[in-house]
Amino acid sequence: MSEKPTPKGAMIGTSFRRVDAVAKVTGRTRFADDLNLPRQVHMKLVRSPHPYARIRSIDLAAAKALPGVVGFLTGKDVPEPFGILPVSQDEHALCQDVVRFVGDPVVAVAALTEDQAEEAARLVKVDYEPLETVGSIEEGLLPTSAPLHGHADEGNIHKKITMQFGDVEAGLREADLVLEDVMFYEGNTHLPMEQHASLAVPEGDGRIGIWSSTQTPHYLHRALTKVLGLPASRIRVVAQPNGGGFGGKSDPFHHEICAAKMALNLRRPVKICLTREEVFFCHRGRHPTLMHLRTGFKKDGTITAQHLKTMLDGGGYGSYGVASTYYTGALQCVTYDVPRYRFDGARIFTNKPPCGPKRGHGTPQPRFALEVQLDKAAVALGIDPAELRLKQVQPAGAITANWLKVGSIGLKECIDRVVAGSAWKERRGRLPFGHGLGIACGAYLCGAGLPIYWNHLPHSGVQIKLDRSGGVAVFCGETEIGQGSDSILAACVAEILGIALEDIRLCVADTDLTPVDLGSYSSRVTLMMGNAAIQAAERARDLIAKAVAEEMKLPTTRLVFADRRVFDAENPGVGKSFAEAVQVAEARFGTLGTTGSYTPPRSPGKYRGAGVGPSPAYSYSAAVIEVKVDPETGIVEVPTVWIAHDIGRSLNPTLVVGQVEGSVYMGLGEALMEESAFRRLPKSRSRALVHKFPSMLEYKSPTFVDMPKVVTYLVEDPDPNGPFGAKEVGQGPLLPIMPALCNAIYDAVGVRVDQVPVQPHMILKALEDKRRGGVGRFGPKSFPKLDYGTPLMVPTPKEGGDGRAVNAEEIGIKGGTMTDRPAARTSP
Amino acid sequence: MMRLPSLQWAAPRTLTELTTRLAADPASTKLLAGGTDLIPNLKRRHQHARQLLWIGKISELQGIQPEASGEVSLGASTTLTAITRSDHLRRHYPGLVRAVASISSPVLRNMGTIGGNLCLDTRCTYYNQSEEWRRSIDYCLKEAGDTCWVAPGSPRCWAISASDSAPLLAAIGAKVSLHSVAGEREIDVEKLFVDDGIQYLAKRPDEVLTRIRLPAVSHSRSTYWKLRRRHSIDFPVLGVGAMVASDGGGRITAARVFLGAVASAPLSVDTSALLGQLPTEELVHTVAERARDLATPLDNTDFTLQWRRRMVHSYVDGALRELCGLPAKVVAPREGRFAIEV
Repeated sequence: MSEKPTPKGAMIGTSFRRVDAVAKVTGRTRFADDLNLPRQVHMKLVRSPHPYARIRSIDLAAAKALPGVVGFLTGKDVPEPFGILPVSQDEHALCQDVVRFVGDPVVAVAALTEDQAEEAARLVKVDYEPLETVGSIEEGLLPTSAPLHGHADEGNIHKKITMQFGDVEAGLREADLVLEDVMFYEGNTHLPMEQHASLAVPEGDGRIGIWSSTQTPHYLHRALTKVLGLPASRIRVVAQPNGGGFGGKSDPFHHEICAAKMALNLRRPVKICLTREEVFFCHRGRHPTLMHLRTGFKKDGTITAQHLKTMLDGGGYGSYGVASTYYTGALQCVTYDVPRYRFDGARIFTNKPPCGPKRGHGTPQPRFALEVQLDKAAVALGIDPAELRLKQVQPAGAITANWLKVGSIGLKECIDRVVAGSAWKERRGRLPFGHGLGIACGAYLCGAGLPIYWNHLPHSGVQIKLDRSGGVAVFCGETEIGQGSDSILAACVAEILGIALEDIRLCVADTDLTPVDLGSYSSRVTLMMGNAAIQAAERARDLIAKAVAEEMKLPTTRLVFADRRVFDAENPGVGKSFAEAVQVAEARFGTLGTTGSYTPPRSPGKYRGAGVGPSPAYSYSAAVIEVKVDPETGIVEVPTVWIAHDIGRSLNPTLVVGQVEGSVYMGLGEALMEESAFRRLPKSRSRALVHKFPSMLEYKSPTFVDMPKVVTYLVEDPDPNGPFGAKEVGQGPLLPIMPALCNAIYDAVGVRVDQVPVQPHMILKALEDKRRGGVGRFGPKSFPKLDYGTPLMVPTPKEGGDGRAVNAEEIGIKGGTMTDRPAARTSP
Repeated sequence: MMRLPSLQWAAPRTLTELTTRLAADPASTKLLAGGTDLIPNLKRRHQHARQLLWIGKISELQGIQPEASGEVSLGASTTLTAITRSDHLRRHYPGLVRAVASISSPVLRNMGTIGGNLCLDTRCTYYNQSEEWRRSIDYCLKEAGDTCWVAPGSPRCWAISASDSAPLLAAIGAKVSLHSVAGEREIDVEKLFVDDGIQYLAKRPDEVLTRIRLPAVSHSRSTYWKLRRRHSIDFPVLGVGAMVASDGGGRITAARVFLGAVASAPLSVDTSALLGQLPTEELVHTVAERARDLATPLDNTDFTLQWRRRMVHSYVDGALRELCGLPAKVVAPREGRFAIEV
């Protein structure tokens, strides 16, 4: 590390123009579907019309006879299973003998034109033997339901988790008020504007390349290696800029693997672009989640203990589901001090498209339950809901009951800002009937502390090449999905080297050419790639400084890198242009290149399951939402949202605000309308179980005119682990929206809707309930019975625990955990 | 992406050429105007055609023509945007402009036409799906199947009329001209529709809807209330087209209310309680109750049935209160915030 002062904010902290802005607005950005090559053929997937069935036979004869048809794949061509998590390798590029949801792919067809491929796909005849379907969490729990997979913990219960941190029952006994709620969070999907597309290209010598809309080229690379049976070095994955991802493009997908296999077979490029309906079938969206939340409060509102139970409808395959299930319990303690905590979670297989990670991955559901329950507690105890939260915000550096290390925390200031902005103290509880305000908070990871597969390697790597032109080439596996990661990469390097964005050329997301970055998920890119980029850039700066200092006969500490120059801090007129400085260094050291990498710090938790939740830093958000509720119709209007986000430090405020507003938009969609709803036809007449409306028209997501006014406050409290102090913003600001909305509805009309999306009829029903003397609530009435087993007992830090479970052997948990790994060696 | 089937396409220059070509093969020819309904339907393979005839070149189908009689003649291929921008229509037919401004989104209104919106295919969430999706439910009565999944015991199709302009045009008493090689006929807009999800138009396949005649307005007022999830894009889950005329003393001389999106055709509401009366909240309430009893929403569009049925009452009540100058009860917006101010 250099001792020279970092130039302060030539680029960082300003709203510099995105490096891809002009290309995006002028249509020059090449998304995967924009790529075309000579001799390319088009591929379509034949998907199952049945929710659950055995494949009896496949007849390709009629399709083969069509002109232009050049190739087919069926399950036997791709027998090797894959899946994003090593523990759930339960997907096949094409179904082997069983289909598990409507849309599960069975056959791939390639033809000279897209029309021919589509026609051929229609002519493929598959004979199915329909099986009894599992349509819901409740059905999946029935002992009679036939298991969809062999790897589930029990029947169709894919995963069961139970863990306890401290004596929760004792904590509840100490409470003056114990609230118990059952809540439901409906599933929803990402709805990126760009439909998934891929172009696979055979590159000679048995090599294969694939250009794809993926958030995780590295994980796709691994899945391709496994299924194609080729060495990783013979497979190249390039992630094109994604037209939105939100988690929906972070699994390796069937169409990607099939395109690669087909291209190898045909020895010509193979192109596929999914239809919107197929994007709904790829899904991996928000898990529909039932929650049971029991929390104890003292009279002053402080939490004594909490017991959370979750049950997730997982769909037909594992995907990220095991992680998703852990995430429904992982971040409950990072905002407020919950001294004793128990979490029971379960994920159920059903015959629907697989659920996975969507913005907030597993945390919006329990956050909704917690923040609504806090509102109820505040009402019951006669405390201002903002005050109730403020008095128990975790302190910076705290270690939570479940052993997560909180870094910087700007939550108090976030609450203060939205309270002031919305005139909360003057208006909450005092607006006319039908008009109300609600508050809620949230927290999110700045990157998962552990990779998806067990390894000791860096999570992000950056390589820099400098040459005598003065231009700087930056190589990194990071993937631009619209969030602006390319711009952050370039800006971090430019900032350190004192050059302009135009001096930088990026080469990103290419497994042949760029060092690994794990991908654009878990809000990890700015923090991890940013730190790697800073390290690589500082090493480059130090090389140049050494050579220039020698030549100028100055100590390196006097050199400043700014304005595309390297100069003497005490005599700024004396110095060299950046290009000249690079030439001096190149003459001194030979060809110039540096690398940087980032591995997250180790987490204090050592129990099984401690791998989900740790992060180098957590971002925090608070929101106040204003609603107008029409008591005649139950229709909710949202005029204004005030939202504050603890960003650590804004690397580019415009990009940060864009992510906040995008989260508000997506959150309001989840709160008011979006649902992955399924339809089962009358069983006497049909076995169908279908997505109700896999289209952008009928799957309701807000439009521009449905957006309220959004007032955004950025709270800056630099985090020591963040690049220039920055934390994440891609996911966190979504979290407070759904509960703040429901809390505002309560303030407006005095009724509770304990589920999302909130529909107008729910409000009318709750109002009727209240008129009839009920509590005025709409929501799920009961939580299914399930024995989660004996919890893993982990003493809390306050109880003097060491982060390990005390009964692991007793309940039969063997071996270490990923967090127990030896520390990665520091880089040379 | 989803692809169109291969088709023949022609653009006749005159109405005669159009009706002649259409008469040659009415069963497998579709008229293409803005295409905002037809093209997605063809891509999803629930409408079929061998030939498309584009009607955009035919002068007889164009223009907004105020007549000396006070009537207005609207060409069927007038775009929805042109209607919302017409000063004459905004001044004299604000209800129509409001209904048209609520259709879909600005981009689709630039393409979509008033004739196309009247002839809009009936809609149903079991039907407006891709060929592959429909295969997974073994199709439905409206296309290729033998069961109406909305009401499996029923012999008929319950797809809904989702036109926003139809209930309003029916309420104000507009007429449409239908041309074929056999000649021309003019019928009331309400007679254009049949309450059947499959045979939803009284227009024969060899006929072309050419013009719409709006009656002169003197002492009448009209409005349109639309219920939908979002402030743009969505088809109605309920449309209330209403017209009230009164004499110098404020007594109601005519009142017509049509409901859209709760049946396969716009439904006429019994408004007799209002006739000859000075408007009161009770009378309006009576009509709203009749409307609610008339409507039988089914589970084939957005929102729950019971709630939509209740909204029939609220929205008819609201529309009539507006036209009768009674205080508003429903505070929810009745159309998109960005809809044209009229």
